[in-house]
Amino acid sequence: MAVWGPTSPQGLEARLTQASGRPNPVQVAGTFSAMSAKRLLVFGGIALIAGGMLFGDIFAVFVLHQNGGETGAALLAATQAVAAQDGSAVQKSFAHIGALLEDRGTKVDTHVHMSDAGYLALLLALIQPYVALGGAKKKLLAIMFLAGGVALPVGIFLIHYVGLAHSPFAAIGWASVLADSAGALMIVALAGFAWGLLKHFASKREGTLEPELIRDRSWERRALLSGGTLLILAGFLHGAWYSWAQLYEHEARETRILTTMLDAAASNQAAVAAQSVNDFGMLAAQRAVQIAGHSHFIEFGLLAVLLSFVQPYIFLGAIWKRRWVKLLLLGSVLLPVFVLLELKLGLVAGGLADVGGLLVIVALIGMLAGVLRCTGELDSRDGELP
Amino acid sequence: MSTARKILIFGGVALALFGMLYGLHYAVFVEHQTLDGMGRSLTLAFTCGAARNLPEAQGYIHGYADTKYKYVRQVDVHSHWIGLAMLMIVLGAAFDSAALGASMQKLVALSMLAGSIAFPLGVMLQTVTHGGALANGFAIGGSALVIMSLGLTAFGFARDAL
Repeated sequence: MAVWGPTSPQGLEARLTQASGRPNPVQVAGTFSAMSAKRLLVFGGIALIAGGMLFGDIFAVFVLHQNGGETGAALLAATQAVAAQDGSAVQKSFAHIGALLEDRGTKVDTHVHMSDAGYLALLLALIQPYVALGGAKKKLLAIMFLAGGVALPVGIFLIHYVGLAHSPFAAIGWASVLADSAGALMIVALAGFAWGLLKHFASKREGTLEPELIRDRSWERRALLSGGTLLILAGFLHGAWYSWAQLYEHEARETRILTTMLDAAASNQAAVAAQSVNDFGMLAAQRAVQIAGHSHFIEFGLLAVLLSFVQPYIFLGAIWKRRWVKLLLLGSVLLPVFVLLELKLGLVAGGLADVGGLLVIVALIGMLAGVLRCTGELDSRDGELP
Repeated sequence: MSTARKILIFGGVALALFGMLYGLHYAVFVEHQTLDGMGRSLTLAFTCGAARNLPEAQGYIHGYADTKYKYVRQVDVHSHWIGLAMLMIVLGAAFDSAALGASMQKLVALSMLAGSIAFPLGVMLQTVTHGGALANGFAIGGSALVIMSLGLTAFGFARDAL
């Protein structure tokens, strides 16, 4: 049911907010009704982000380095095939490299798409008060979006394993069909929400259709907002430095290494060719850590800012709420910093980066448990609310 | 809703739609062809090497480098446009908590919008002009505007937090 109410901090929210800066249960219940689109999107969003991060951590520990090693070995085999003047072996090696890159690429994409679908779900939860659609329609759109958010990464993950088996298409397998269909479902849901937004802003209605998510002034919210923005800023500064200082040098070096590799292989200098393959692998690793550092700073910053909006709905003691916030921010700094140090400090840094990722996952699960407690408590006393 | 929040939220939604349309066009008409081109160039370079035709092999390596230069930037344009759009919407939702004056909030929001349009646009132009002054100017100027806006926003949130 649509609730028409004031949205400014001077309105109902401010009157209901307790002196401590924390909202009271009545206020929370009014903005987080049972089985609403907002609630589904908050739950689904946090779960998708936690799932995407868990997958990313597993990928980093069990797949990433092994895949890099195999790619290097396949490239070395290609140089040996050049030395042996065996054109068909060259083709075979590059087909193998292509398969390895597809394996790695689809796993990175699974991680990225699951996490990003979670971010979008939280973002959609924020804008629900401005979506001028009925509750049932909003809920349907939320379910469609979340179903797409789960099916899209699953489809992407399966692309490498399913391939073109039993596919009626020449170049697209069933897993791609699943991923593309899920993507289309998400686009339809997004278009539906956009239509609702347009309807709201096109009308001359005062206020919103339902109360906005509570904006309290708790320590947790302020820490997540300022910490998150600083993380995003750090990511941007690092990205600007990388593109200024390293991007062009890396591109030029790649061409030089490939030229040397090929010349050495063609003149049967096996040791030089092997060194070039190592240099190529090192360059790929240098690029990968810089890009991963940059993107993780920004993504964790965005996550922290998004989670600042959810804090009033986490029904845990103040100490535990602060613990989860501190753990999240600590993990959000540890992971990108130690990813960037991985080539200097080796496995220790890699391990610490994985620990950072784990801390973020634990904090997310802790917050999700708090939201579950909130909904349980609100629903159990539903009839008692004024 | 304040003017600054409107700039960030509406600007962000418009930018996200534009970024998605660009991504859709890129995924359907450009990406697979580009990836195929990169793979083909490398394979042909090594095959030519096996046939001891090194001048042609060099040509394919340079072709690979040229295609990859464009590929990296095209992917960056798509991801940065959408990423910046998401950031603008999120900051728009939280902007009331930034302890900045109304005119400063508006200035920060406008800088963020201008930077978020100009930075990926500059990167996209780099694929056409291969790093011309205009393209680099847009990319550097845009990213500087985004960084400056973010710095001021972080300052505003920190002021509110302290």
